[in-house]
Amino acid sequence: MGSTNSTLLKIPNVEVLMQETGFSPAHIIRLHDRFKALDKEGRGHLCPHDFGAIKELAMNPIGDRIIGAFFSPGKETVDFHTFVKILAHFRPVDKDRPKEPNSPEPINSRSNKLKFAFQLYDQDKDGKISRDELLQVLRAMLGMQVTDEQLESIADRTIQEADLDRDDTISFEEFRKACKHKRFTMFRFCIRPGERKLMLTLCHWSSELQDQHEL
Amino acid sequence: MASSVYLCLLRAVFLVCFVNPLIQGLSEDESVFQNPHHQQEENLTGLPIVTFKWHHVETPYLVIIWVFVAGLAKLSVVELNHHVISVVPESGLLIILGFILGGIVWGADRAQTFKLLPPTFFYYLLPQIILDASYFMPNKLFFSNLGAILIYAIFGTCWNAATVGLSLWGCYEAGVMGNLDIGLLQFLLFGSLIAAVDPVAVIAVFEEVHVNEVLFILVFGESLLNDGVTVVLYNVFDAFVALGGPRIDAAEIFKGIFSFVVVAFGGSFLGIGFAILLSLLTRCTKHIQIIEAGFVFVVGYLAYLTAEMLSLSAILSITFCGICCQKYVNANMDEKSVTTVRHAMKLLANGSETMIFLFLGVTAIDTEIWVWNTGFILLTLLFVFIYRIIGTFLFTWMLNKFRLVPIEVIDQVVMSYGGLRGAVAYGLAALLDEDKIPEKNLMISTTLIVVYFTVILQGITMKPLVQWLKVKRAAHSDLKLIEKLNNRAFDHILAAVEDICGRIGDNWWTRGWNRFEENYISWLLMKPKARKNRDYLFSIFHKLNLEDAINYVSEGERQGSLAFSRSDEAANVDFKKQFGSEFADVMPNIMVDMSNYELGIEHFSVTSIVKDTIPSVSLDIHGQDRKNAMDDINAHHLLQQHLYRSRKHHRHKYSRSHFSINQNEDEVQEIFQRTMRSRLESFKSTKMGVNPAKKITKHHKKELTHKMPNGHPDGTGHLYGDEEVEGLCVFLPHLIEAGIENPVFLPDMDSPTHSPPWLMETEAVAPSQRAQRRLPWTPNRLRRLAPMRISTCSTDSFLMADVSLTLEEHEEHSQTDHVEM
Repeated sequence: MGSTNSTLLKIPNVEVLMQETGFSPAHIIRLHDRFKALDKEGRGHLCPHDFGAIKELAMNPIGDRIIGAFFSPGKETVDFHTFVKILAHFRPVDKDRPKEPNSPEPINSRSNKLKFAFQLYDQDKDGKISRDELLQVLRAMLGMQVTDEQLESIADRTIQEADLDRDDTISFEEFRKACKHKRFTMFRFCIRPGERKLMLTLCHWSSELQDQHEL
Repeated sequence: MASSVYLCLLRAVFLVCFVNPLIQGLSEDESVFQNPHHQQEENLTGLPIVTFKWHHVETPYLVIIWVFVAGLAKLSVVELNHHVISVVPESGLLIILGFILGGIVWGADRAQTFKLLPPTFFYYLLPQIILDASYFMPNKLFFSNLGAILIYAIFGTCWNAATVGLSLWGCYEAGVMGNLDIGLLQFLLFGSLIAAVDPVAVIAVFEEVHVNEVLFILVFGESLLNDGVTVVLYNVFDAFVALGGPRIDAAEIFKGIFSFVVVAFGGSFLGIGFAILLSLLTRCTKHIQIIEAGFVFVVGYLAYLTAEMLSLSAILSITFCGICCQKYVNANMDEKSVTTVRHAMKLLANGSETMIFLFLGVTAIDTEIWVWNTGFILLTLLFVFIYRIIGTFLFTWMLNKFRLVPIEVIDQVVMSYGGLRGAVAYGLAALLDEDKIPEKNLMISTTLIVVYFTVILQGITMKPLVQWLKVKRAAHSDLKLIEKLNNRAFDHILAAVEDICGRIGDNWWTRGWNRFEENYISWLLMKPKARKNRDYLFSIFHKLNLEDAINYVSEGERQGSLAFSRSDEAANVDFKKQFGSEFADVMPNIMVDMSNYELGIEHFSVTSIVKDTIPSVSLDIHGQDRKNAMDDINAHHLLQQHLYRSRKHHRHKYSRSHFSINQNEDEVQEIFQRTMRSRLESFKSTKMGVNPAKKITKHHKKELTHKMPNGHPDGTGHLYGDEEVEGLCVFLPHLIEAGIENPVFLPDMDSPTHSPPWLMETEAVAPSQRAQRRLPWTPNRLRRLAPMRISTCSTDSFLMADVSLTLEEHEEHSQTDHVEM
């Protein structure tokens, strides 16, 4: 227990961080360990190439976008606080958290989670997913054997489906509405709590969907 | 399809029908004429031109005939109607086919001539299966779950053996089974042999139901180790039975437990010792590569036999030998030998597995072994089933208190249901000594029934069960495109964030071990060269590039001419150097290695590419494609088919019959290649700012973008369409220039790190055509493509809209870069 405390003490403003993110001390220590492991040169902050060194990310079609999400525009580095705050998006929604009317929305709220996903599409940060942006995501996520024409037609249809105000882009509001559809009520996009157990839960519906395709 | 299947079946049946009576008839002959050799010699009146010498070849002939029949059986089973295959697991079908074959043999002989004898099984059939399973074990997964696996394998097995044995004994004492000559020790012995969960049966079934990888490794690892533990336990109880009840006191029991520990761990350590020996051996086989593959098998078998000789656990020995050596052996051996080992290993394991299941069926058709005792058999079935469930839940409950990721209830159900018994149990039962255990035949028949019950019935129901347990959902046919896309995107995001957060098992111990392993063990067991090449990214990158180069050539051949690969005229581009310079700045440390790789195709004459005949149909295809795509595109279907799977859903890596059933391998490569190239791109675009010869670069770039993917990366190959040729023609002079002036192209200049930046832009002759068509659609790339699209009236112009804008942006961008630098 003593070591836990001493590790915690090394992190500046740890109380504020825990309050903001809702992570437990054990979570913070675990993440701090990881942060230090990623920060090979020991500079106290991470650069994009630190993330690039994670080999699994190179296998992730949208890995670069996710790396990009850690860096606010114009910034080349991310410190531990920001790192933890971004990961806090993935904590489960606290059901039994006392609702104080005045408190700000927690990072891990549903809408913030969706916002995080949304900004991965919305690369130019104008609050809208344009056709081009969608195409880029599609191109990244679809196999090479899909032709561009097919790609475009998929993009068009996708926009049509979600686009409520007919401006040929998907705004965040439209994005949210599209995701509310039926099974998206089960939306879980989070890190599961538990002392030292840091774990992501899959959105249940999507894993089921996957299974069905494979069986 | 179906007809060929039946043909195969027919052939198999015919073979058995004809060959067996033949064999039978001949052996009768043999018995009638006491000494055929002698007879023959006596009756010899002249020089025989040919003689029929069956007895010379009888044993090997029979063996090989059975191997052949087993092969045919496998063939027919696999090729059988897929409806049947999807319902009944292959192992079950093989057993059923074995029934048929056994029936035929029995019909011919009136006795079962062919049986699966324990020595055959334990010495010739089992080792390679275990070696295969352990050699291809997903190590990381295995060791990160080692604790749980050991608990299940050791305590779970003991639990099963003890409870089944004791409960049967209790029921016997209660008088359920009537009059049997079995004591408590014999019941425990029987319990221990029936506790063996069979890896072969388990893999055969679990491979068909796609469970998550942790569950798979738990069940698989458990069944593998549990075999070893069972055999040890069996031997201990066998010794107790031999000793006789009255003479067993506390000291003997203590000795028994001690022997259990020694045998199990001794076997494991012996295996590790042989693994070290094997790794060291492969370190020095540089000059005899042709036999190094053989060492893997020989040393593996040696580990098995040595353990058997020392009465240590042979199964555990070969298991740990395989698990521990794989990494070093694969790194040390030549790539060809690695492939040889893989293929040979799979061949042997698959073959013996087929034989085992077939003979499990054949053996059953025998009147001798069948002794029926309703109480005993049914109670055994019941206890085996129930205690497996209780045991699993009990141990999981204990494990979950310590595990980082608790094992879920559904997984527990599947685990307990997956307790399939197989050949090991039968082998042990057949090994029983009839003198000590009078009811041997009852035990054999009970074991066989348990095996059939679990393999066939549980095997059949396993898949529906898994499906049913997971199906807690409404039908979702009307999922929208955006949802589908989001689903997959979220999967990828989660996978990525998980990677960023680090693996679950990534703790102090693993890190410490990894460092130790890297520094000392690898140093000891790996070739220095292999250690250097271990870099993961590089190895994939190298593989991809090799593939590209091969495709480049075959593409050229397909186009009807290979001239471009071996022409010394005009503008030769040194492929190797070119390639090196392009990536030099990004991966400087690997470039040194890179120059060592002879790609075989060193000179590509660009002129001949241009001269190459342009397939006249390509444009038509182009037009047609687009039309079709527009007409009957089924977006939903396309999305479903081609969305990249998230790493989360990659299945376990071990497969019985393939090296990898992970079908995402291609995808992974594709994604990886894209990622690397897009990183290169962004790297280059930042480099561009400091480019001294900016004008030239720009020029190059404009020409080059001509050659960018023209929207059809579907491999139908209109590689040399008008646009490209045009682009190449303009590009050519610069290229020649580059070839002459660039110092990097000079011979014996191995360090390409000082290549002028403008050279990096000469990607029209970069590694391969395919690779170019695969260039990623990163924002940067799209912006650069934009101007060209306009000028050539390109068809895929989703960028048309904001071309001018992006062009400006691009200019601005590079300007700012320049300033920043």
